[in-house]
Amino acid sequence: MIKRLIALALLAGLGLLFLGLLLDYRPDTDLNLSARYYAERTAPDIGAANIVTAIVVTYRGLDTLGEVTVLFLSATIVGLVLALGRRREQDPAGLAPVGELLTTGSRLLTPLILLLGAYVFVNGHLTPGGGFQGGAILASGVLLLLLADPLRHFSHGLISAVESLAGVFYVAIGLAGLVWAGGFLDNRILPLGDLGALFSAGAIPAIYSLIGLKVGAEFASMLASLAETQEL
Amino acid sequence: MVDMSLIAMATGFVLILVGLYGALTNRNLLRMIVAFTVADAGVNLVLVSVGYMRGRTAPILDSAVPATEASVRIIDPVPQALVLTAIVIGLGVTALMLAYAYRLYEAKGTLDIAKFSELKW
Amino acid sequence: MILTALTLFLCAAMIGAALFAVLGRSLPIAILAAGLVSLVASILFLVLAAPDVAMTEAAIGSGLTTFLFFFVLSRMRRGEHD
Repeated sequence: MIKRLIALALLAGLGLLFLGLLLDYRPDTDLNLSARYYAERTAPDIGAANIVTAIVVTYRGLDTLGEVTVLFLSATIVGLVLALGRRREQDPAGLAPVGELLTTGSRLLTPLILLLGAYVFVNGHLTPGGGFQGGAILASGVLLLLLADPLRHFSHGLISAVESLAGVFYVAIGLAGLVWAGGFLDNRILPLGDLGALFSAGAIPAIYSLIGLKVGAEFASMLASLAETQEL
Repeated sequence: MVDMSLIAMATGFVLILVGLYGALTNRNLLRMIVAFTVADAGVNLVLVSVGYMRGRTAPILDSAVPATEASVRIIDPVPQALVLTAIVIGLGVTALMLAYAYRLYEAKGTLDIAKFSELKW
Repeated sequence: MILTALTLFLCAAMIGAALFAVLGRSLPIAILAAGLVSLVASILFLVLAAPDVAMTEAAIGSGLTTFLFFFVLSRMRRGEHD
């Protein structure tokens, strides 16, 4: 009881701070300086129609590289922590069959889901979307395969090969930007093209596709590690 | 007429408080992780609502928003880029927490944190 | 006007679902309520003119996170009522 009262008192104090922040907030009427720079210089310099993509991949590309590293670390640690425990036996006796609807449905839907994921990250510079959304959709396709066939053995070698190669090519494109264009992860190593065409914005489609594959492979490896654990 | 961004920001703050209350008072490990997920959604909502400006539209250049008048028609794109990163890393942290909860359950047989007393005084 | 009414309704739904997630009796309902919070948050992101963030939150928050929770819960059925 005392603990609950202390927690409530702490949250009331925090709530008062938030109330102070809320009452002081005045929404802007004009874009601030950095937002105006991004709004005016994206079309001529970067050539991408989606300004958020241009910020995530080129203007703040180093932060995205850091984020992909954090995801890689967490996927690795999940695999390590779960591999130290008990593994699933290869032939559990009392597993109920999955059902005809799920098996046939997954055979129809999985290629469509993977195609949608690839579409989302290839068109990241034109419409809302990009590597992270496409990677999550790819992981959902792998999830459907896992649900339809719980005993399927996912080859960790293939997933980690895709992830490592995507990461290596991502850093290689970044270094190529250092050698041939303005700086690390500059997208002007390929021609900029017209605003709104599929092959435009330089190296952004290539970079975002690699990010999408890497993120999808990391989420899939997390799901596969969880699927191989045993019921406790 | 209250602005939409103020309503969304107030809701985000309430979600953070509700999530923190759940994380502080629950004893089941899985319930604590669910409360952290709710607080995470609240933080992202507060961040996105900072960038909103009344009467403007999303930061995508197409036939509705040509490139020449972009700086008077779009909202601030920087908070959206930050929140994109934050959502993905939130999933990574949740997966880590769940993996640790699984191993703790395997080692001790219970999910009640009052029973994990090796590190207590 | 109608957008403000929509925002108020969505925010009320989100706070109700969050209270369910934190104070609910049974754990599967709490997990589903957290998934509902993410889903309504993704609709709110769309109303606040952020389509990229809305797509990401819908795919990751109310898709993969809810599934991860149920997967781990299915391995730990006996610990649910501690």
